[in-house]
This record gives sequence, structure tokens and C-alpha cells, in this order.
Amino acid sequence: MSHAAGIDVGSTQTKAVIVDIEGRIVSRTLIDTGANVRRAGQRALDVMMEEADVERSRIGFVVGTGYGRYKIEAGDTQVTEISCHARGAHTLFPGTRTVIDMGGQDTKAIKIGEDGDVIDFCMNDKCAAGTGRFLTGAAEVLGLTLDEIGPISLKGTKPVRLTSVCTVFVESDILSYLAQKRKIEDILCGVHQAIASRTISLVRRTGIEEEVTFTGGVARNTGMIHALEEKLGVTLNVSDDSQYTGALGAALYALDHVRAGQQKAAS
Amino acid sequence: MRTTIADSKDYRGTVHKLSRDIISDWLGQLQAATKTDTKSAYLMVSGNCVEILRCFDILPTFPEINALQLAIRKNSLPYIIKAEEIGYASDNCAYVKADIGYTLDGGIGEDGTIPKPDLIVCNFVGCNVYIKWFEHCAEIMDVPLVMLDIPFLREDEPSKEDTQYVITQLKELIAKCEDLTGKKFDMDRLREHLAYSARAEQGWAKAKNLCKARPAPYDAYFDAINMMGPINALRGTKEAADFFDAAVEQYEHIVEQGLGVVDDERFRIVVEGPPPYPYYRNFRGLFEAWGAVAVQSTYSTVGGTWENGFCHDPERPLESIAEQMIIHNLCNRSMIERYKQIHQYITDWHADALVIHSVKSCRLFSAGQGDMREHFIRDLGIPTLMVESDLEDPRYYAEAQLKNRIDAFFEALTYKRLRSTAAAEAAAAAATQGD
Repeated sequence: MSHAAGIDVGSTQTKAVIVDIEGRIVSRTLIDTGANVRRAGQRALDVMMEEADVERSRIGFVVGTGYGRYKIEAGDTQVTEISCHARGAHTLFPGTRTVIDMGGQDTKAIKIGEDGDVIDFCMNDKCAAGTGRFLTGAAEVLGLTLDEIGPISLKGTKPVRLTSVCTVFVESDILSYLAQKRKIEDILCGVHQAIASRTISLVRRTGIEEEVTFTGGVARNTGMIHALEEKLGVTLNVSDDSQYTGALGAALYALDHVRAGQQKAAS
Repeated sequence: MRTTIADSKDYRGTVHKLSRDIISDWLGQLQAATKTDTKSAYLMVSGNCVEILRCFDILPTFPEINALQLAIRKNSLPYIIKAEEIGYASDNCAYVKADIGYTLDGGIGEDGTIPKPDLIVCNFVGCNVYIKWFEHCAEIMDVPLVMLDIPFLREDEPSKEDTQYVITQLKELIAKCEDLTGKKFDMDRLREHLAYSARAEQGWAKAKNLCKARPAPYDAYFDAINMMGPINALRGTKEAADFFDAAVEQYEHIVEQGLGVVDDERFRIVVEGPPPYPYYRNFRGLFEAWGAVAVQSTYSTVGGTWENGFCHDPERPLESIAEQMIIHNLCNRSMIERYKQIHQYITDWHADALVIHSVKSCRLFSAGQGDMREHFIRDLGIPTLMVESDLEDPRYYAEAQLKNRIDAFFEALTYKRLRSTAAAEAAAAAATQGD
């Protein structure tokens, strides 16, 4: 029982992390969640174990997080992604006091304390406006991939002004700007700025305290990093493992259980 | 193993049964009145003057209670949609839409469950949406409307002129009731009804104060509905007064036995805002899963803030009715006063946190709750959770999102508690070593 695992079943992708007894990441994986949430969680765990050559019997505890957390059969317990992102971000960047997590269907602002504990949080409510889904919609209507839109947006010099960040109306908004022959980079620059503005109003509800760490799938988007930094006036912490932050936090919560079990056995 | 109230099949206990019985009787009276010439009148729950109607044997009917009963039985949506079909906006108060839809659908009157009122009394207290609601009811049913204008309380106390202004209007209402019923107003009878009100209100206050016990004998948000029915629908009757005598006795007994609502009362919370009636049990379950019990709630005081010691005074009949309408209810006071009320609840009822359930279709009451959240977190350092759905419209209830927020909130409180316990143990160990 020398390892622990965290599985983050998100609305779009499932992320998983195995840590060793010291809390070091020994394996991580990312797969599309798809329609079968239960299978996604198990598949992510199987892939990781194979890649890291870690047998299931060596994983002492598994914590599930994300919207699909209760469907993870291998999960010994569940912790919300809010707590997991806070823990993960604090581990990656110990100076973190504010976490901005932008995922497929929600955006969260989390205020954390010196120990990584959650002090306050705010999320978008029952509406995917201003989340990763909005960017997906924009990319689709422009015939681009999600990986392409960030770098292209950085070339924009005259960003368009979007009337809303509604994921439903974004398509018609973009089509109308295309009809006006506005440049794609200016349209995308406007798209990123619109989401950044909405995100910052969310973050202000918890209070913006440095250091600010950006997590979630959208943190891979350089255009969004730039737009947020410009509006916040601070440099964001962004890890190469940003997508895995929630799964890392979950793995660390799982590790607490493994260590507690070892202590109990020793005493 | 400890026994809890929840172990019993009679889960919510004697009080729940008593409440259900007397409310069923009242609903039976309403149903019966649809077929007879019993006089009835519409009235608002919050800050009302029901005792005056009782002096004339006018049966009070409350459109809000009609709306919430539709919701808790999961019947509200078709009526909400019916109201939207005639032009009500999606973000209009869903109480209004459910009641209007029900009225348009024939729920009121001879073929319905509620008698067509002979009079509509809008005791507008705080919520100006009610003015339009009752005006529309009066128009649809062609019923005379009395609009009482209650000055909003901007200071700690109303001016003498404000109180006199309301008393004058109460006298006009009395004259209207005399015309409607042909009965002469009897001040002694009003005093009698006010004495019953006062007894019920004192019982309410005692029952609420019993939740200062640890564990709390009942959930002062979810179980408070058992007391809200009698105090709001039946105030001024002997039945309501007797109910509260019995409720207090039952709750005192539970406190003496040291019983709680859940197996392990881990968190004591104060709740602001009405519950999501279409998903009442589900929503309750999200808190019970964490051993969280509401020890106080603002919504339960929508009819009156009796726990502060105020009750109707038979010796000052019209004055005390006017004072209750202006001051001693939740809705006719400023947000600052609501802050004070909540803070007192948190302090005096020994609560760990505040939970705000914001109602999507109630712009008037929910406006400012974002600031409230910030005030309690930043200015007072009280952990505060704000979640949103609706009191009546099931379309606004997203359980996965609510659960996520509620779970995260209690996870954070658990972690904070573990950390402070560990720090206290470390300090104690260090002190022992120092000895």
C-alpha cells in the first residue's frame, strides 16, 4: 500500500493521477469521459497503472472527484473538485491564495488559506456562459481546434465586442462579425476577453489575492492566460499539469488515508 | 447507540402530526367553503391583520400557501407555464405564477379546492410584487380589493404618524368588513382573537429558543414548516394557541432526553431564504448527509419575528396589529436589519455557519444577498455558503450543482475543524512538556 490515486471525472475529460508515499506524481493520464462515466473512471485508472507499472494492490486508497465522482467504482471516497483543486493548486504553487479553475462546463474561483484550506468559493450557476464550452462553440463555428484558437487570439489588435458570453448565442455573434469581414484573430481576441471579464467578476466575489493559480483544461489556452493576466494585472501561476490539478488534489487526499493507515498499523 | 428522533417512523414526531391535523382541518374548511356562502378573503402571510377578519367570521385564504402547497406536491410547473402563456415573464415570482395559473385553471371557486374570495386584502409588506399579484387576482375574479399601504421601515422604529396611518387604514378595513358581512365590529372579540395570537406567538418564541440546545430538538428551517402552518394560517384561533402549547411541551421533552434531529449534530447552521419546495426532501438530505442542522432561519419568521419578544397585545389591539405589520415581520425591514437578525441568530443559537438559499424568481427578496454573503464572510468572519434555485419553479433546481457546493462547503468546515483540533492538541502537548 505504497501509492494513492485520484480520479477526476469531469464533464468533458477524465483525469487521473497516482502519487507515491512521498506525494510525488508517478503517473497521470487524461481520457475523454464520453457517455459512460463509470467506465471512464476505471479506464483512466487502468491506463495509469499500466503506464506506471503499479499493481492495483499497491494503491491503498482512491479518491474520486469531479461531477462523475459518485460513479467511480474504484473510488473509496469522494471529495468535491473545489477542495481538490485547492489542494492540488496549493501543492503545485504553495504561495497560491486564489485559484481560477476553468473547465468544460464550469468556472470556479476559490480563495484558499496558507495551508491550502478552502476559505471561500464561487462558481457559475446552471449556465455554461463563460466556461470552456463557450470556447468550444467559438472554435467550432470558425472551423478551428481548441489548441489553435488561443495562439490565434494573441494576434488580434482590434478585438470585437461580444454582447454576451452565452454559449448558445456565441455562434450567431461570431457569424455576424464574419459577415462584417472582421479578422478571425480579432474575433477570437474578443471571445477571450469576454470570458476573462466574466471570470474576473466571479473571482472578485471571493476576493483576488496573490498568488493566483490558473487550473483546469482551459489553462492550456495561451490566449486565455494572456486575457486574464491583462485584466487582472497579475502574472498567473500555470503548471504544465494544470489539467491534472483536481486529480492531484484527489490523490493527495487519498494519500492522507494511506498514511493514516500506515500510522495506525505502526502503532 | 444513541437514539434520535429520526430512528422513529414517526420521524418528525408529535408536532408534525398535530400540525398536519390542524392544517388538514383548515384546508377542509376551505374546500367546504367552495360550496357554501361562507365569507372568505385573500390575505398575505407576512405582517397581516388576520384577527380583524376573524371578528367577522371571514375565512382567511393565503395565495402564498396555496402556491407552496402546489410546489411541495410537485404540481406547480403546469400552473407556472399556464401563467407564462398569458404573458408572465420567466423571471416573475413563481409563487405568483403558480397561483395565477391555478386560478385560471379553475382551482378557485365552486369546482376547485379554494373558495372564491369575497374580498381581497393586500397587506403589502415589503414585497411590492404582491400589489400586482393581488390586483390581478381581483381583476380575474372580479372581487373587491382593499390595498393596505404599510410604510416600509427605514429606521429602527416607525414614527407615530406611520403607526397612526396604518391604524386609520385598519379602521377602513373594519368598515369594509362590516359592509360585506352585515355584522357590527366587536372590539372585545378582537381582543379575544389577539389573546389567542399572543399565546401562539409566545409558544413560537419558546419553541424557537429551544433550538439553542445542543443537539437541537428539531430543524428550525425544514421542520419549522410544522410551526409555520399554524402560526401563519391559523393565528388568532384557539387551535393555533393550543398547538403551540403542545409543541413546546413536546420539544422540551426532546431536549430533556438529549435527542437530536440527526444521529450526530456536526454542524449548526442558520439558513436565510425560503426552501425549494418542489425538492424539499432532496434539499434537506443534502444537509443531513453532513450532520448539518438548522438551528435558526429567517424564512420561518416571514409571518412574524416573534422570538424577539413581541406579541399582539389585547390591551392595545389596533396599535399592536399596526406595529406587527410595520416592524415585527421579516419583509418590511431593511437589509441592515436582516443582517442584525441573522447575526443574532448565529451568536445566540451558537451556529457554525450561514447558508443562503437564494431564490431565482424572487428578485426583491434575493437582491442584496450577494452583499450579505460578503458581509458575513469578510466583515464578520462567518463561513457563508450561497446556493441558488427556486422556492416554486422546479426548473431552477439543479441538484448536482447544489450538492457540489454544499459538499465543498462542509468539506472546508470539516478541514478547518480538524486543523484547529490538531493545533489545540499540539498546544496542550507543548504545555504538558513545559510542566
